[in-house]
Amino acid sequence: MSAILPPAERLWWKHPLDRVEGTWIVIALIWCLIMFAMMVGWHIYGKQNLSTETYRTTPEKFTAKAQAFVDKYTVRTETDLKTPVVAPPPGSDIYMIARLWSFWPILELEKDKTYRLHLTSMDYNHGFSLQPANINIQIVPGYEHVVTVTPNRAGTYSVVCNEFCGINHHTMVGRIYVK
Amino acid sequence: MSGTTTYRTCPRSGLQFEAHAEKLMIANAVAGVVFLLLGGILAVGIVLTRWPAIHWLEADTFYQVLTAHGIDMLIFWIIFFEIAVLYFCASTLLRCRLATPRWAWAAFALMLIGAIMNNVAVYQGSSSVMMTSYVPMMAAPSFYLGLILFAVGALIGCFVFLGTLVIAKRDKTYTGSVPLVTFGAITACIIAVFTITSGAIILIPTFLMSVGLVKEVDPLVYRMIWWAFGHSSQQINVAAHISIWYAVAAIAFGAKPMSERVSRGAFLLYILFLQLASAHHLLADPGLSTNWKVINTSYFMYFAVLASMIHGLTIPGAMEVAQRQKGFNKGLFEWLRKAPWGNPVFSGVFISIIGFGFLGGISGVMMGTEQLNMIIHNTIYVPGHFHATVVVGTTLSFMALTYFLIPVLFRREMINPGLARWQPYLFGFSMYFFCLVMMGAGTLGVSRRHWDMAFSGAALAYEWPGAAYLMMGLVGVAGIAAIVGGGIYIYVTVGSLLWGKRLDTGVKSNTFTPIPPTAPSAAVQGYGSIGFAAPGTFVLAMVFLTAFVLYYFINWKYLSTLWGLS
Repeated sequence: MSAILPPAERLWWKHPLDRVEGTWIVIALIWCLIMFAMMVGWHIYGKQNLSTETYRTTPEKFTAKAQAFVDKYTVRTETDLKTPVVAPPPGSDIYMIARLWSFWPILELEKDKTYRLHLTSMDYNHGFSLQPANINIQIVPGYEHVVTVTPNRAGTYSVVCNEFCGINHHTMVGRIYVK
Repeated sequence: MSGTTTYRTCPRSGLQFEAHAEKLMIANAVAGVVFLLLGGILAVGIVLTRWPAIHWLEADTFYQVLTAHGIDMLIFWIIFFEIAVLYFCASTLLRCRLATPRWAWAAFALMLIGAIMNNVAVYQGSSSVMMTSYVPMMAAPSFYLGLILFAVGALIGCFVFLGTLVIAKRDKTYTGSVPLVTFGAITACIIAVFTITSGAIILIPTFLMSVGLVKEVDPLVYRMIWWAFGHSSQQINVAAHISIWYAVAAIAFGAKPMSERVSRGAFLLYILFLQLASAHHLLADPGLSTNWKVINTSYFMYFAVLASMIHGLTIPGAMEVAQRQKGFNKGLFEWLRKAPWGNPVFSGVFISIIGFGFLGGISGVMMGTEQLNMIIHNTIYVPGHFHATVVVGTTLSFMALTYFLIPVLFRREMINPGLARWQPYLFGFSMYFFCLVMMGAGTLGVSRRHWDMAFSGAALAYEWPGAAYLMMGLVGVAGIAAIVGGGIYIYVTVGSLLWGKRLDTGVKSNTFTPIPPTAPSAAVQGYGSIGFAAPGTFVLAMVFLTAFVLYYFINWKYLSTLWGLS
C-alpha cells in the first residue's frame, strides 16, 4: 500500500526503473518533440499561421479608418439595415468592426487574392468565427489585429460571434463573399 | 496543544482520523456536494436549452444559469472537495493533528460566505458575465467580492495543509519521505497558491473597477492573468485527482507505485510547467508574439503533457503489477478482466483514467497547438474537452473516492449499494458520449456559450449543417443521462449520510500512533529487476498513442485546406 504510506526504501530515488516505464517515457518524449517541431515547422512550411501584427487603437480612430474604407469601395447595400457591401482591390487593407451586436461592413473578396484584414471591437470581447471554414480568432477591444487572409474557395461565408457579448449575442452574424 | 484532540482509528481501513481534521473534512466535502447538486440542477437548464428541438430557457435566463453552473462546478464544488482531500492527505495519511483548526474553520466560513455571495449576485441577474467575466463587461461588485472571499478562504486552507505537514515532520509521525499521494497533494497545493494569487491579482482591480475606484483594467492583460487563475485552477484538479488515482490503486489493489522516482518526477514536472499551459487560452488573441505562444504552449506545456502520459501509464501499470502478483497472470489482460468492476471505487477511477486520457488529454493537446487552436477556439469543442477533463477526470474520481469515504470517514453504511455499483458506468459513459458529440459539433464550428444556433432575429443568419443539429440534439440526450447519473451519486451519498446505518467508530486515543516504518522486502526492492512488469498496460498505452498520433495529423490535414492566413 505504499502510495498512501511513506516509501519503504529511504533512498527511493535510487530505485531502478522498470523497462515498461523507461520505454514509455522515451516514446512519449519523442512524441512531444515531434509535436513541438510541427508547430515551429508550420510557421516555415505551412500556410495557416495567425498573424501577431497588433496596434493599440480606440473606437474613434478605428471607426474613422473603417468609414473611409467603406466610403471608397462600397458597391451596394444589403439587408433592412442597409449594411454596405464593400469590394476592395486585392492586396489592400480591409476593415471589419465588431460591436454589439453586428459585424460591419459586409466584405466581398476575390478568391486566391490576399488582403490585410483589420479587426477590432468597439465594446466587449467578441469572436470572429468564419463559417463554414471554421477559422476562429479572438477580438479584443482596444487592440487592432491585422490578419493577412487569402480565401481559397469561392462562396458565401458567415462570421459568427463566438465570444459571449450579451443578451443579443446570438444575432451577431456578419458576412464575407468570396468570388 | 495536542492534548486537546483525539485520534480515531477506523476499524474498516486502519486509517487514523484526528477529531478536528475529521470534522473539517466532512464540512468541506458536504459543502462541495451541495454545490455539485446546485450545479447539476443548473445543468438541466443548459442542456435542455442547447438541445435545439427543445430550446427551453429564454436567452437572459440561459446566460445566467450558464454563469452559475460554470462557477458552482468548476470553482465551488471542486475546491471545497479539494480542501477536504488536502486535509485527508496531510492529517489522515500522515497520522498527525491538523494545524490551527480555528483558521481552518475561518477558511471554511470565508469560502462558504464567498460562494453564497457570488451565487446571489448571479441570481439577482446583473452578473451574467460567464465564469470568465472578461472586462470591460461588468458584473455586480458582490460577484467579484464573493470570488475574492472564496479565494482568500481557499488560500488559508492551503496554508493549514502546509502547516499540518510541518507538524507531522516535527512530531515524527512518519519516517523517511511523505507518501506519494501526499506528495501529489503538495503539488496540488503549490499550484493552488499560484492560482489563487493570480485570481486575486486580477479580481481585486476588477472589483475596484466595478465600484468605480479604478478606471480601467486592460482587456488583454485581464485575459492573461485571469487564465493564470482559470486554467491553473484546473491543474489543481489534475494534481488532486491523479493523487486520488494513486490512492485508489493502493486501496483497491494494495498496489505500490511502479517507481517512486518516476511518479514523483512527473508531479515535479507539473509544478514546473503545468501553469504555463494556461497560455493556450490566448493562442487566438492579438498582441502576443508567436515566440511567446509557441514557447509557453509547446516547449513547456509538453513537459506537463509528458507528465500526464507518465501517470497514465504508471497508475494502471501499478494495478497490473499488483494483480499479477496475486496470480492473474494469464495473457495480456487477465489482470484487467479480473479487476473489481463491481466496486464503484475502482470502476469510477478506471473509467476516469481512460476518459481523461483518451478524450480530455488528446483534445487538450489539439487546442494547445498554436495553429490547430484556430479551428477550435471558442467552439463547443472547448467545453467538450473540459467536461472530459474536469467531469470525467476530476468529478468522477471524487465520486469514486466518496464511495470509499462513506464508511471510513462518515461512518455510515452505504444505502443502496446496487445503485452505487452502476453509477460510475452510467455517469462515466454518458459523459464520454456527451464530450464526444460536443467535440463533434465543435469540429463543425458550433459556438460555445451561445443561446440559439438558429440565430433567430439576426439580419444575416447562418445555417448550420444538419449534422451540427444532430450532434447538439445528442448533446442534450447524453447530458440528461449524465445528470441522472450525477443525481444517483447525490442520492446515494446524501442518503447514506442521513439514513445509512451508523458504523462502529473504532478506538479513540488521546495520542497519535505513528506510522510504523515499512521494512524493505525483496518484493519491495523491486519491479526494476523484473523486466517488463506491465505488458498489458504498455499495449493500452500504445493504443492511446496511436489514437493520439492519428487524430493529431487529421487535424493538421484539415487545417491545410483552409484559407491562407499569415
